Amino acid sequence: MTTTPLPGPGFAEKDDDGRAPKERDRSASPGPPAPAPRRPPHRPRPRPALRTLTRALPVTPALVLLVLFLAGPIAYCAYIAFTDLQLTGQANESFVGFENFRTAFGDEAFRNAVWLTLVFTVVSSLVGQNTLGLALAGLMRRASGPVRTLVGGIVITAWVLPEVVAGFLLYAFFRDEGTLNAILDVLHLPGQNWLFTLPILAVSFANVWRGTAFSMLVYSAALAEIPKEVTEAAEVDGASGWRRLWHITLPMIRRSIGTNLMLNTLQTLSVFGLIWVMTRGGPGNRSQTLPLFMYEQAFQKSMIGYGTAVALLLLVVGSLFSLVYLRLLRTEV
Amino acid sequence: MPSRTLSARRTHRRLAADAGLLAVAAAFALPLAWVVLSSLDTEADLRVKAPSGLTLGNYDAVLTPDITFTPLLNSLILCGGGTALTVVCAALAAYPLSRFRSRLNRPFLLTILFATSLPITAIMVPVYALFVQVNLIDTMQGTIFFFAASQLPFAIWLMKNFMDGVPRELEEAAWTDGASSLQSLLRIVLPLMGPGVAVVTVFSFVLMWGNFFVPFMLLLTPDQMPAAVSINEFFGNRGTVVYGQLAAFSVIYSTPVLLLYVLVSRKLGGGFALGGAVKG
Repeated sequence: MTTTPLPGPGFAEKDDDGRAPKERDRSASPGPPAPAPRRPPHRPRPRPALRTLTRALPVTPALVLLVLFLAGPIAYCAYIAFTDLQLTGQANESFVGFENFRTAFGDEAFRNAVWLTLVFTVVSSLVGQNTLGLALAGLMRRASGPVRTLVGGIVITAWVLPEVVAGFLLYAFFRDEGTLNAILDVLHLPGQNWLFTLPILAVSFANVWRGTAFSMLVYSAALAEIPKEVTEAAEVDGASGWRRLWHITLPMIRRSIGTNLMLNTLQTLSVFGLIWVMTRGGPGNRSQTLPLFMYEQAFQKSMIGYGTAVALLLLVVGSLFSLVYLRLLRTEV
Repeated sequence: MPSRTLSARRTHRRLAADAGLLAVAAAFALPLAWVVLSSLDTEADLRVKAPSGLTLGNYDAVLTPDITFTPLLNSLILCGGGTALTVVCAALAAYPLSRFRSRLNRPFLLTILFATSLPITAIMVPVYALFVQVNLIDTMQGTIFFFAASQLPFAIWLMKNFMDGVPRELEEAAWTDGASSLQSLLRIVLPLMGPGVAVVTVFSFVLMWGNFFVPFMLLLTPDQMPAAVSINEFFGNRGTVVYGQLAAFSVIYSTPVLLLYVLVSRKLGGGFALGGAVKG
């Protein structure tokens, strides 16, 4: 379960951590193979393979946990997705091939969940959190100090609150007798039971409320790194605000935009508690995104195999996004 | 003078920015105002309003072992245990990754980074099925292990980056004096990266404290439920929902993580290392 080191001359040389920088330079330099680094007389080194093993030892506890509780379930997920495992303990589950996936794609409820997940992700993550986060970060750079602190504090509080509490707060906000309708009433606008008429929009707004702080922090960090001279020069040249945004700011923070979109989307794909608390996926299944659909199939309908097949699809989509994210970060490692 | 018009425009623009921000903040603040006001209200309902009568009765009513203390204690055991395990394992794992060069480092780190962004929600059904088979279902230790494992990728990644910031020259002296790697990690590296360890600790704790789905799936006995799950009782078994008490409980349950966040961000400034840790 530990990392298996690959012993060998080349590996040993690369593995040399170069206790003195000079040694490292020598072993890295091209040309004829350098003689083995001089060993300090007072501390003989163990053989390379053994040394690598000793050095890798501290990774073991983390690795054991990751393999048993993360890699294990993922592998198990890939297995039971192809079986008809049920909650109500039949003796043996049997291998059913792609049956679960065929069922899924023929299932009206599954297609509904996919569609709602798409709406939820696009509205709350791509449009809502991302745009609002960027707008807040941009405005904060111009605003006066106290306003910045106050607004930052409020927005971040919404983010730090436990998911379930956020769910209750927005449940109260969108309920028929809740705050939103009270405000609309004061403005003489017609109110409605938002959790019943537009449940998916209500939970999307809830997710914007809860998640915008993250984008705001990412974009604040990104905007802070744009050199002042660049924007000032454009300003003196008379470029309008929108043109500066489009031609200067956005291109300069495009890597942060990519990262932020990826992480937001992944986060949004796995939202469960917020929707569960607000609507339980209802009314009917009009706010049932994929995680809630998966839960319902696996536990309320006792079809673990089918629920896991849906989970596997979610995991594959998540992995694809995750790979894109790695590509965006590839220079960092 | 162009500079004067420019500065006039700046002031104008600052006011506009302030106004815009305050409008957004007001919208964000409404639900927060509801929970604070309702928790102090004798007749709380679902809308934001000035309390009809100020009272601490709601807090009094929920501060019982059944409603508040046991769930909070359970949360503390789960999140404290999970965080401790995460931080220890992450610190140990980050050390060789940061200090020694090996051709395994890059693939390992890429895998870790890949795992940070996997949707954990998606594997909860198989984890449940697996836990049933190995008898870890409905146990605190099983849930702690899973919490730690799900948090480890990000913790290792953060920890390694913080550790890279501690210059190795400081350790070399200790090495020549014959200190082992473990000694130099404990005595030299970790004390020097105190803020980094604090960030990893607080971040793991806050995420676990707020997590609903993991204990919801892996624990079954009501006595073991953390606050994240037990809060649903306000809707389930008690007939009509007493919103004032629900709000009071929400405030009590949320306070620890808010305080921890404030503490860490005060110490480390602004959006602290998180913004730096994830930016591309």
